[in-house]
Amino acid sequence: MILARLKKRFPAGLNSAEFLLDVEIKTSDMVTVLFGPSGAGKTLTLDAIAGFVRPDEGRIMLDDDLLFDGATGVHLVPQARRCGYVFQNYALFPHMTLRENLEFAAEFRPKLERHRKVNEVLEMFRLTDLSGRRPKELSGGQKQRCSIARALLAEPRVLLLDEPAQGLDPMLRAELYDVLRNVRASFDTPILMVTHDLEECFALGDRMFILTDGRVVQQGTPSEIFDRPASLDVACRLGIYNTLQAEVLTLDPGRNTSTLRLEACELQGPYLPGKFKGDRVWLCVRPEEIRAFPRNGKPGFNQLPVTLERATPRPGAMRLHFQGQLLADVARFEYDGNKHVKEWMLEFPSTTLRVL
Amino acid sequence: MAIDWFPLWLSLKVAALSTVIAVALGLWIAYALAYRAFRGKELADALVSLPLVLPPTVLGYYLLVLLGRTSPIGKLYEAITGGPLVFTWQAAVIAALFHSLPLLIKSTRAALESVEPGYARAARSLGASEWRIFSRVTLPLVRRPILAAAAIAFARSLGDFGVTIMIAGNIPGRTQTIAVAIYDAVEAGNGEVARTMVLVISAVALLILWAANRLSPHQVQP
Repeated sequence: MILARLKKRFPAGLNSAEFLLDVEIKTSDMVTVLFGPSGAGKTLTLDAIAGFVRPDEGRIMLDDDLLFDGATGVHLVPQARRCGYVFQNYALFPHMTLRENLEFAAEFRPKLERHRKVNEVLEMFRLTDLSGRRPKELSGGQKQRCSIARALLAEPRVLLLDEPAQGLDPMLRAELYDVLRNVRASFDTPILMVTHDLEECFALGDRMFILTDGRVVQQGTPSEIFDRPASLDVACRLGIYNTLQAEVLTLDPGRNTSTLRLEACELQGPYLPGKFKGDRVWLCVRPEEIRAFPRNGKPGFNQLPVTLERATPRPGAMRLHFQGQLLADVARFEYDGNKHVKEWMLEFPSTTLRVL
Repeated sequence: MAIDWFPLWLSLKVAALSTVIAVALGLWIAYALAYRAFRGKELADALVSLPLVLPPTVLGYYLLVLLGRTSPIGKLYEAITGGPLVFTWQAAVIAALFHSLPLLIKSTRAALESVEPGYARAARSLGASEWRIFSRVTLPLVRRPILAAAAIAFARSLGDFGVTIMIAGNIPGRTQTIAVAIYDAVEAGNGEVARTMVLVISAVALLILWAANRLSPHQVQP
């Protein structure tokens, strides 16, 4: 269990505004993700847990052990916290070979056992053939594997990862996810990682916390958060770019349906708990959840006629920008056949309509 | 004529000893200046650099007052060793120290501060004690710049004249270092002795500077 409740104030500097970190994180899941834009205080939170930064007030606990307590002045040195930290630049000791780097972390073990353990980890992280090399002779992915291996050799009670996928190409990213899934399966060490990559949250996270401006704005499993973003801002950060004003027309808890009016069009969605007839609500839809096709005839069920402004290519799809700042993704080939069509029809999903 | 080489050996001995002491002391002081937060830190930094800019006679005067036979330190030294400190070759070591120590503190502090702080953090998170971090991570990373600074400090101590003559004096065969001996030879009109010694000391200094350059961090490592 990781509990971190911390506050730290950074006064305004020469080129920075005042920043207040005020987060509360409590998790017992195996992989917890701190997600948020840069400057949200994610790395700062990790640093405070690891003991590199002293919060002004709050409390940090790892299982039953108190690492920091503002009220009683407890502030353990990093050495006593047993938090494995994988830095963004990996921080491998440049004057040591890869094996020496790993042995440094395992020095508390007797010699024979250390040797065996290091060999075991080298094997597991596919580093055996590279063990005599220095960090500068390794690729980014290899350095990262070494850095994770080194942190694990010290037998940490939690593994902290700072932006592990930053700067990795898609192939290496997939490899990293494999490595971390392996770690998860072979070590009983919970992972707390920082990222601003949504894909990573879904690929690895059991639980995620969204941080913006030094605060936790939402927490839950990735799919929970995705289905019910707490605010327009969160929705936007999750890539749910279509936010539309709509009005609740009918609510039917019995059949689990509702109708919403969006401009001149009526949409059917699931029952909306906590909303009333006549409420103005925000409709949140991801561009890839909308089906777009060239208009022919009258709008049908859950369909909205729109005019195309422009199209921008995306990996694997075409993003269409419609009037009223609506976005929808269609497959490349579907767009290529209808390049000159200006009048399109959008069909909204009826079961997954998200409303705020 | 026969040249007495004692001054050269004495100078080398004095410079070597003062450099060793300066490296040890310098590491300790530079570590405090680089990593510890304390009041008056920048004042302390200015204080240790002071010998670089003060006239040698001023330094020599301070040291005479501080270490002389009537001073507490001088009395203590005499009580322990049975002889005075001033006007011995040991005093020449102290004189040389005032040239080597500031150089070493300055360069060591700069070297320590240039080490990426992430390494120490990483080592801390792995549970390494501060001493192990220093000896196994930080020190190996700054070895080359410190050795380069030590070489320059050695060369600098080799040539001290002013402070040495003030507190170690000019006793041939006992405290006469090469810089003082050259001065003596010129005064006495021994042109040949002076010339030879000047050439030898220049060659030694050049050799050391060349070695220091090879050690400098901006050299591409093999």
